[in-house]
Amino acid sequence: MAGLHHKSFTDEPRLAPAVVKKAFVTALAVGGVGLVASAAALAMGDEVRRRFFFSYLAAFALVLTISLGALFFTIIHHLTRATWSAGLRRIAENFAGLMPVVAVLFVPVVLGIHELYHWSHEAAPLHDPIIGHKASYLNTGFFIGRAVFFFVLWSAIALFFRRNSVKQDETGDTSLTFKMRKLAPVSTLAFALSVSFAGFDWMMSLDPHWFSTMFGVWTFAGSMVVCMASLGLAALWLTKNGALTHTITTGNLHDIGKLMFGFIVFWAYISFCQYFLIWYANIPEETAFYLHRLEHGWGSMFKLIVVGHFALPFWFLMSRHVKRKRIGLGLGAGWMVLMHYVDLYYVIMPSNPDLHGMTFHWLDLTTLLGVGGIYVAFFVRQFGRDAAVAHRDPQLVASMEYDNA
Amino acid sequence: MAERRNWGLVAEFENPARLLEAAQQVREAGYQKYEVYSPFPIHGMDNAMQLSGSKVPWITLCAGLTGLSIGVLLQWWSGTDAYPLVIGGKPLFAWEFGMPVMFELTILFSAFGTVFGMFGLNGLPRPYHPLNKVKGFKKATDDAFFLSIEAADAHFDLDASRALLEKIGGKHVTLVEE
Repeated sequence: MAGLHHKSFTDEPRLAPAVVKKAFVTALAVGGVGLVASAAALAMGDEVRRRFFFSYLAAFALVLTISLGALFFTIIHHLTRATWSAGLRRIAENFAGLMPVVAVLFVPVVLGIHELYHWSHEAAPLHDPIIGHKASYLNTGFFIGRAVFFFVLWSAIALFFRRNSVKQDETGDTSLTFKMRKLAPVSTLAFALSVSFAGFDWMMSLDPHWFSTMFGVWTFAGSMVVCMASLGLAALWLTKNGALTHTITTGNLHDIGKLMFGFIVFWAYISFCQYFLIWYANIPEETAFYLHRLEHGWGSMFKLIVVGHFALPFWFLMSRHVKRKRIGLGLGAGWMVLMHYVDLYYVIMPSNPDLHGMTFHWLDLTTLLGVGGIYVAFFVRQFGRDAAVAHRDPQLVASMEYDNA
Repeated sequence: MAERRNWGLVAEFENPARLLEAAQQVREAGYQKYEVYSPFPIHGMDNAMQLSGSKVPWITLCAGLTGLSIGVLLQWWSGTDAYPLVIGGKPLFAWEFGMPVMFELTILFSAFGTVFGMFGLNGLPRPYHPLNKVKGFKKATDDAFFLSIEAADAHFDLDASRALLEKIGGKHVTLVEE
C-alpha cells in the first residue's frame, strides 16, 4: 500500500529474445511482402502509379504521426517532470527513436512529388496565379530542404532523449535526468513549429489553393490520439509477455486510456472548429475542400469519422472499468489507430485528381501493410537491444506506486 | 438544562501513514460510521477505508445530457418555431452552428452538476458540526490528522472504542458531544 510499503523494481527489464525475434520476423515479413506487392504498381500505368503514391502517403502519414506524438510524449514527460509516465517512457522513446526510419520511408514521397503535389510542376505557377503567389514557399527545392530540416531536427531530439535514457539504464546517473529536463523547453518549441509546417507541406499542400490555419493543430491532435493508442497497444504487448507486469501497472494503463480519451475530445474540438469556421464563413476558396469531401461518396466517410473517431470511442472509453481492463483498452486503442488512418485517408485521398468519387484500391492495403510492417519491425527490434523500461530512472518506483484511479 | 448526547470520539494521529493504518484497523474492527480528516488527500485511503466509487460522475453525466438537450431545444425551438428568421443565408437550424451552444451548455450543466452534486453528497453546506468544538481540530486543515468514530455506529462503546483508538496510536482521544 502506498505510503506504507514501498515497492521496488523487481521485473526483468529485458524482453525474452525469442519474443522479440518472433515479432520482428513476422512484422518484417508482412512489411516486405506489402512493399514488394505495392512496388509492382509502379509498372502498371500512370493511374495506378499515382494511386500508389497517394496510398503510400496515407500509410506514411500514419507511422509519421505515431513517432511525432511519441516524441512529444517524451519531451513533455521531461518538461513537466512527470512521475506517472516513467515506466512507459521507453515505449515512447522507441517510437520516437524511429525517426530516421521514418525519414527513409519519406523517400518515395519525394520521388512521387509530381504525382502527389501538382504545384511542383514547373508550369503550375505560370498558369495558376494562386500557386504563382505561393511559389516562393511551395517549390520543390525548398520543400525538400524543409523535409530534410524536419527529419534532422526530430531525429536529433528523439535520439538525444533516447540515448541519454538508455545510458541511464547502465550508469544509473541521475544527472542525466536533469540534463534531459534542461533541453525539454526548447525541444517543445521546435516540435510545435516544425509539426505545423510538416502538416502544411505534406498534407495541406495536396490542395494548394486551400488553406486552414488550424491544419497544424489538427496534425498535432491526430498525432497525440494515435500516439496514446500505440502506447496502449505496446504496453499491452509488453505486459502480455509477462516481462513487466509489476512495472507497467493497471494504473498506468488506465492513465494511457484517460489521455487517449482526452485527446480524442481535443481532436474532435479541433476538427470541428476547422469545419465549422469554413462552413459559417462560406467563402468558396475555403469551402472547396469540404465540398469535394462531402460529395461523390466521400460524405459517408465524413460520417464514419464523426461517429467512429469521436462519438463511439467517447462513450466506449468514458468508463474507468473499460480503461482498466486489458481487453477494453486494447479494443479502444486498436480502433483509434484504425480511425486515425481513416482520418488521414480522408484528407489525403480525395486530392487524387484521377478519382471520381470514393474508391478503394488494393494498394491502400498493401502500402499500409508494407509501411506499417517495416515500422513495427524496427520498433520491436529496439526491445532486443535495450531494456523495455527505463529501469534506473529515479522516478520509476513512484510511477509503479502511483494509481490515480 | 437538557442532557447533552454523545456524538462520538475523535483522536489525533501523527502523520498520514499512521492515519492510513488507523483507518484500516478501525474498519477491520467492524466500524461503519467513522471518518478521517486530513489537510490533503492521502493516496491509498480509499482502499484502506474500502470506499466504493463516487456517485458524482453519474450526476455529472445526467446534468451534462440535460444541458445538451436544452442546448438543442433552445436553438431549434427559438430558431424554427418561436422566431424563424433567416440570418446570413443559413438554415433556421443546423447542427453546425448549434454545436457551440450545445457544447457550452453541456459543460456548464456538467460543472454545476459536479460541484453541487458533490456538495449534496457531502451534506454541505453544514454550518454546525460537533467536531468544530473540539480544541485544535481546526488544524485538520493545516497540519494535523484526525479520525472520528460516531456514537451512532452499531459497534460503538465508549470504553472499548476509546481503548481501540488509543491502542492504534491515537493521541488526545476526546469525547465529542452533540
